[in-house]
Amino acid sequence: MELTRRDVLAALGAAGAAGAVGAGALTLSQRDNTGNPVGDHEVATLVAVAGVVYPSEVEGVETFVREYSVARFADRPEYAAGVADAVAALDEYTRTWHDAAFVGLDANAREETLSGMEVDIADPVPEGDHRERVRYYLVNELLYALFSTPTGGELAGIENPQGHPGGTTSYQRGPQ
Amino acid sequence: MQSNREPSERADVCVVGAGPAGGIVADKLASEGYDVVVLEAGPRFDDDEREQRMERSIRPAHGPHSVWEMGGERDAYASTGDRHYPLNAARVKGVGGSTLHWQGMVMRLHEQDFTLESETGVGTDWPVSYDDLRPYYADAEEELGVAGASDNPFAPPRKQPHPLPAFPPSYSDSLFAEACEAVGVTTHSVPNARLSESRNDRSACVGYGTCQPVCPSGAKYDATIHVEQAEQRGARVVDRAPVQRLEHDDAGERVTAAVYATPDGTEHRQEAREFVLAAGGVENPRLLLLSESEQYPDGLANSSGLVGRYFMDHLFAGAGGTLDEPTRQNHVGFNTTESHQFYDREDDSRGAIKLEFLNYAGPSPLEMALSGDDWGDAMLDRIRDGYGTHVAVGALVEQPPKKENQIRLHPERTDDHGNPVPDVVWSVDDQTRRTIKRANEIQHEILTELGADIQWTVGPDATGPAFHHMGTTRMGDNPETSVVDAQLRTHDLANLTIPSSSVFPTGGAMNPTLTIAALALKAANHVAERI
Ligand SMILES: Cc1cc2nc3c(=O)[nH]c(=O)nc-3n(C[C@H](O)[C@H](O)[C@H](O)COP(=O)(O)OP(=O)(O)OC[C@H]3O[C@@H](n4cnc5c(N)ncnc54)[C@H](O)[C@@H]3O)c2cc1C
Ligand code: SF4
Repeated sequence: MELTRRDVLAALGAAGAAGAVGAGALTLSQRDNTGNPVGDHEVATLVAVAGVVYPSEVEGVETFVREYSVARFADRPEYAAGVADAVAALDEYTRTWHDAAFVGLDANAREETLSGMEVDIADPVPEGDHRERVRYYLVNELLYALFSTPTGGELAGIENPQGHPGGTTSYQRGPQ
Repeated sequence: MQSNREPSERADVCVVGAGPAGGIVADKLASEGYDVVVLEAGPRFDDDEREQRMERSIRPAHGPHSVWEMGGERDAYASTGDRHYPLNAARVKGVGGSTLHWQGMVMRLHEQDFTLESETGVGTDWPVSYDDLRPYYADAEEELGVAGASDNPFAPPRKQPHPLPAFPPSYSDSLFAEACEAVGVTTHSVPNARLSESRNDRSACVGYGTCQPVCPSGAKYDATIHVEQAEQRGARVVDRAPVQRLEHDDAGERVTAAVYATPDGTEHRQEAREFVLAAGGVENPRLLLLSESEQYPDGLANSSGLVGRYFMDHLFAGAGGTLDEPTRQNHVGFNTTESHQFYDREDDSRGAIKLEFLNYAGPSPLEMALSGDDWGDAMLDRIRDGYGTHVAVGALVEQPPKKENQIRLHPERTDDHGNPVPDVVWSVDDQTRRTIKRANEIQHEILTELGADIQWTVGPDATGPAFHHMGTTRMGDNPETSVVDAQLRTHDLANLTIPSSSVFPTGGAMNPTLTIAALALKAANHVAERI
């Protein structure tokens, strides 16, 4: 299933950043100049993490995550700092095993690294230890974005998922 | 933002609390030209933050209390009865009050609720009848923008239709309707305080599905609507101004001032001609008890000794499971079908039951994704397995008034201002347990007919409160057996009015807020007549 621009807008709506959608026109490097802690490397890392945590049926992940990230973190400096910290924590862990940052790994090694860090069984805690913050700011951040969009919802059989203002007709409809 | 927290020099009316009760009274009286000051303990929340609150409500890591910032020393409480009472899950402090979090189901009480003792020997009669409240109910439905239909054969008589059309039934309702018909249960629509069409400048429901605890679109009614309207009509609202005590004159006949604290640590006195206590069913009795004086050593307006007594809530009973077909749950966060067939009581063997057919049974895919210990395809398989076939029937069950259930002051624990915290003493009696069991039987019969694999039941042991705080300043004609009269005015103090579920002598099994709104409109009339 293909993630589209509509899904980007939906995910931003659920994340309270709908007002920042116009910022989609800005490129990431312009954002960098404004001091946003989520820069190219952080977004690339989010894309890499999405490659592991998103189901393989999902297509268009890179564009979705990039466009979403630009607006999502623009007006939330504290949250953006949390994301940047989590990326740094993930990279630090990665470097104890590999000679590269997380984005420098191949797909298998990325999955092994996240599992090795035990992010899968970690609780999402914004003020927690490294793996808990990776879970909160990277993994759950991405899953929240995906499953509050119509495309993400449809993967699971719900075209109007929680967090998405999908109107009041879908609840009345029977299975198609 | 409110920067001036000084008292108003001249006020006709001082309202304590900015939930629906206080908001509606303030709005009504301000619209009639009176000078109104509202003192609200909690903050004014920013509307623009609602989506972030929604995110907090969905994502694990943020406790449920964090959505509306409940908890801490300000909201400390004790719960020392047979049953634990999770008080801070059951209320919100701030402009809008608990309706910021509420579900928004709004139905009228039945005629029998007002004459329960006469008809069944249980509890006590109200000093007002359904007919007395009927015009106020109609106005309250208008005020809250209720979406409803007149298809409920069990509902009390009404003259006008609801102001907005009802939300149509859900897909799962249609599955339930068939099963219910087969077992002789009649179903009907649900009156909802959420907009099925846009109204004034508010948007119709857009299906975020997170109504409880936060509606980002504002389609769900909350009391900020009345508070803001009151302000446009000249009322003053002071937030973060918890009232510490009420003071009275030498004769002990009139309240003279509400003493409130402000964030900078100072105390102020707001004087007024009339006082309206609208702090909810727990803080109303608490504030009266905190306002003890020489004349009122057991608490203000407490000559009867009943302030805080007869605390009631509605109990939840429910059952659910899965079908072997899709049920399409969790698209919206509210219900569209109920049955009030088991509401009225024939005798004292059981209390009222209100059946609810849920549109949000089972987990939502989003919540499942965020809380698993897997990801990628394994996660998707788990979600597909777990979502999609759940069904559930809930119920609200009546609890009769018992004197031993009460809100009292805790002898040792104090809040951030050094005031004794409320102690909720709550238990569930045998009649209520029987009623819960009966509700479970009906629920199982329906689910079995539906072919459901029943996987859970909330019965008399697992039951919990529905967060409707009632009974603690009961209404009656006799000053020895009640706290306020039929005009919602305390028997003891001539200018103190309490428009709240705390005045309900019995609680029925209908969600209380439409009745609170009706009583608030009635109380506003009486206050206006006096000034
Ligand atoms: C989760 C949940 C779901 C609910 N669902 C429904 C439903 O579907 N239908 C329904 O009818 N009802 C429902 N309710 C109940 C409904 O919210 C209440 O009945 C209603 O809000 C009560 O209105 P109120 O104005 O009396 O009190 P509240 O709304 O509680 O407002 C009281 C206000 O007074 C303020 N206050 C308290 N003490 C002081 C003080 N000392 N000084 C100044 N201010 C003070 C508080 O901060 C608060 O803002 C629900 C409640 C909860 C928690
Ligand atoms: S479903 Fe609930 S939360 Fe969503 S817009 Fe409607 S009322 Fe608001």
